[in-house]
Amino acid sequence: MADFGSYVRTRREAKRRTDDRFSVRQVAERIGVEPSFLSKVERGEAPPPSEEKVLSLARELGENPDVLLALAGKVSSDLQRAIRKRPELFATLIRELKDMPDHAVLRLVREVRDGRW
Amino acid sequence: MIELNHDQLVIHFPEVHEEARLAINFQRTLRIPDDGRTYPLPAGLGPFPLRHVDDHPRTAPQQWIEHGGVMLPMYQAEALWVCFNGSYPFAIKIAAGKINAVTGEDWRDGLHRDPQDYVTAPDQPWLDGYCVEKGAIRQFVATPLGEGYTAEEQITGRGAVGGLQIVAYPMKRDAFERWTARTTTRLGLSFLGATCASLDMGLAPGGRMRQEIYHDPHSLEDWDQRQRARCFVHIANARQWRAITGDAPPTEPISAMQYRQRGIPWFDYYAADLKAVDGAGILQRLKSVVEMGNAKRETLIPENDPIVVDRVVQLRRGLKRSEVREGAF
Repeated sequence: MADFGSYVRTRREAKRRTDDRFSVRQVAERIGVEPSFLSKVERGEAPPPSEEKVLSLARELGENPDVLLALAGKVSSDLQRAIRKRPELFATLIRELKDMPDHAVLRLVREVRDGRW
Repeated sequence: MIELNHDQLVIHFPEVHEEARLAINFQRTLRIPDDGRTYPLPAGLGPFPLRHVDDHPRTAPQQWIEHGGVMLPMYQAEALWVCFNGSYPFAIKIAAGKINAVTGEDWRDGLHRDPQDYVTAPDQPWLDGYCVEKGAIRQFVATPLGEGYTAEEQITGRGAVGGLQIVAYPMKRDAFERWTARTTTRLGLSFLGATCASLDMGLAPGGRMRQEIYHDPHSLEDWDQRQRARCFVHIANARQWRAITGDAPPTEPISAMQYRQRGIPWFDYYAADLKAVDGAGILQRLKSVVEMGNAKRETLIPENDPIVVDRVVQLRRGLKRSEVREGAF
């Protein structure tokens, strides 16, 4: 798995090739950090920013927020709340599922229930 | 399948095509004045929170549990628009109180032409209201169910359903492959928001807005009507949101003055190569919220002064990621 900084830089630079709004300076301004800080994060010279900033970055770059948080070594606060509520159950669930293929895990995704119309 | 992910309904049809994915969210927005003028598109101010009704079986109304689906909170007289994100083509039917928002007809399954009773994504990135005439809609505005304002109550005489109903049909795999072969540039919309007695809300026709509902540029046979994902979206009065879910309600809707003071832009969207459908006569004849309020000698809408539209961003079909219909609030 790529490290957070180089992944962000690769994705941002890819967008910058077609859109100048994706310079370090402009992206940093939009997510509310100093350009020098974002530049250091991208080079791996500073740790990933807070969850809130990672989520802003995910929105800016059109990335899946959970993927970007995982790369940053974080678990989103809503997942933390869910795990804290039923820690044994979720710890068991994750250990049981960790080696299952994606299509099998996807079968467990909760669907929005369709009822009487 | 249809799942709820980060306040979006995410629809997948992996059995049709690995790219067959559509995300739908419901944006908070400014309620435009209901003053007879025609306004451009107001910005999205963030998505409404969405929750499974099944997670609140003891506090959500029994009818919602029977319908299944999701719920969102709206303040009385707050407006919303529906946002479609995805590059794979889908045909989407939308109804409010089971009244089709494009044709004004009662809900019926399947897709129909003459008149066309659905919109197509990605050509149609947003739907803001009831299609009252060619190139104009009346904004979706939340009003308490049972007081006679909603399109459902005006047309059927009953406020039995409320909320929004959505069904999406993916394009068939072979039609998608023919379409992508023809299309040199994929049209990816890759970007991607007083107390009240009534708990259940419906959507009434509000102010007029410029928005074209586009003719389906594909053939009716291109849509896979054997596959569908449908969802009931219940609308809870925001004042009751905490009682139902335990969560804090959203902030109060933005006022016209705040919208202007914050310099939030307006938008126009053009798709020069697509034709717009005609409006539905039955929807055009509905009373708007203000007209109904005047007839009933009630004031449901707290402010309705005309707004000066001073900055309109022009967006064209084939939006880039940086071209978003958003404002900060």
